[in-house]
Amino acid sequence: MTIDADQPHAAAPESLLASPDMPSQARITQEIRELHAAYDGREAAGEALPATMHDFPPYRSSILRHPTKNPKLVDPETIELLSPAFGQRDVAAIESDLTLQHAGEPLGERITVQGRLLDSWGRPVRNQLIEIWQANSAGRYIHQRDQHPAPLDPNFTGAGRVITDDDGHYRFTTIKPGPYPWKNHVNAWRPAHIHFSVFGNAFTQRIVTQMYFPGDPLFALDPIYNSIRRQQDRDRLIADYDHGLTVPEFSMGYRWDIVIDGPDATWIEPEEGEH
Amino acid sequence: MRFDKLSDRAQLSDPAPLSDRKLAKTPGQTVGPFFAYGTEYPKMHQVAHPHSPGAIVLGGTVYDGAGAPIPDAMIEIWAPDADGTVSRARGAFRRDDHTFTGFGRSFTNDDGHYEFWTRDAGASAGGAAFYACIVYARGLPDKLHTRIYLPEDAPSLDADPLLRTLTPEERATLVATRTADGGLRHDLRLQGDRETVFLVF
Repeated sequence: MTIDADQPHAAAPESLLASPDMPSQARITQEIRELHAAYDGREAAGEALPATMHDFPPYRSSILRHPTKNPKLVDPETIELLSPAFGQRDVAAIESDLTLQHAGEPLGERITVQGRLLDSWGRPVRNQLIEIWQANSAGRYIHQRDQHPAPLDPNFTGAGRVITDDDGHYRFTTIKPGPYPWKNHVNAWRPAHIHFSVFGNAFTQRIVTQMYFPGDPLFALDPIYNSIRRQQDRDRLIADYDHGLTVPEFSMGYRWDIVIDGPDATWIEPEEGEH
Repeated sequence: MRFDKLSDRAQLSDPAPLSDRKLAKTPGQTVGPFFAYGTEYPKMHQVAHPHSPGAIVLGGTVYDGAGAPIPDAMIEIWAPDADGTVSRARGAFRRDDHTFTGFGRSFTNDDGHYEFWTRDAGASAGGAAFYACIVYARGLPDKLHTRIYLPEDAPSLDADPLLRTLTPEERATLVATRTADGGLRHDLRLQGDRETVFLVF
């Protein structure tokens, strides 16, 4: 099929959600195992690979959406070494409590998620913006393209924001999201997760990621979680249940620290003429 | 290193020896499948107020490897003001309609089109002017950094440490086109023959 790139061929966005081949879970799981083994081999052979693989075909939507050429290693310019300035003025305190956004209480298991935003030297990252969004306790996103037949909760939107304090701390009150089906393959279910968008001290440090809950039986089955090729890096996305953060008669507590990095840590002196 | 031209280095975290690093970086994940309600905020694409002096539209289409528009991508830009000043002003999430903060966010629409109101990015320290840009999308497992250069200053573009290492075809993917009404047009291609050049730092 040839498509003229100058002519838009816009498909209805919801029609893009299902994979074209709808493979079995067994097939997807096998692909994940084979790719992880192949990455281990490439790394053992001396190749430097990113933590998250852009080319990860078990995540079927990625097949036409990942770059195929190597990224260029560049020396960051001033603007890339700075980040937009945020402050408490940007976010109201109530935005960190996702259970207070409507007239009634949302259904589900109330949780607090707290932790610190740190750099790789363990220093707190202050006054930076963290945004979260998530499905409700039934596994349904409020987004109109989510047509999963689970109930919406009139008392839960599922979006929150916070600005980190002087010690890099953040804290959200929310409800535990449910797993949800997502049409990547037959019987594809995402492990329960909360999406995180994080700003650092430099624009290069910007990350969007997902926080998971300990012990989820769907981990080994999920192509998105497994687009991170090494177990120790996947583990960094799993919050710890922390009984010390659990509030009596109120909420279960989870702790999750976020570590941002670069460019100081990743900058490599290029060879002459090479970038 | 080019850090020496960074006059406001003090605003960054203190440089520390790499050997003292003790924590491993949190890896990234896709923004998808449904991010709009979690990341949208009022006037997020209005880096400059639309009716303010110097305001222009910067926009384009995000394409996949089959040349189809991507209707569920998110684009962020971050750039110096037209005079080269990097804004340290707060308020990128609470627009007051006059403070220039340099940061904006745009979702692609059903035709894969993104759009910002902003000003021409300024150059710092005599370099080439560009917008730092990050692309996120459903189906894209992690963020992608790129740059959107202004097309006019040919000597600076030719001298740019990144652009001068690229083939003409690669370079063309990073330089915007000036539109008849004074705006900037810049398409992003995540895959294919004219794949946008993406960056790591």
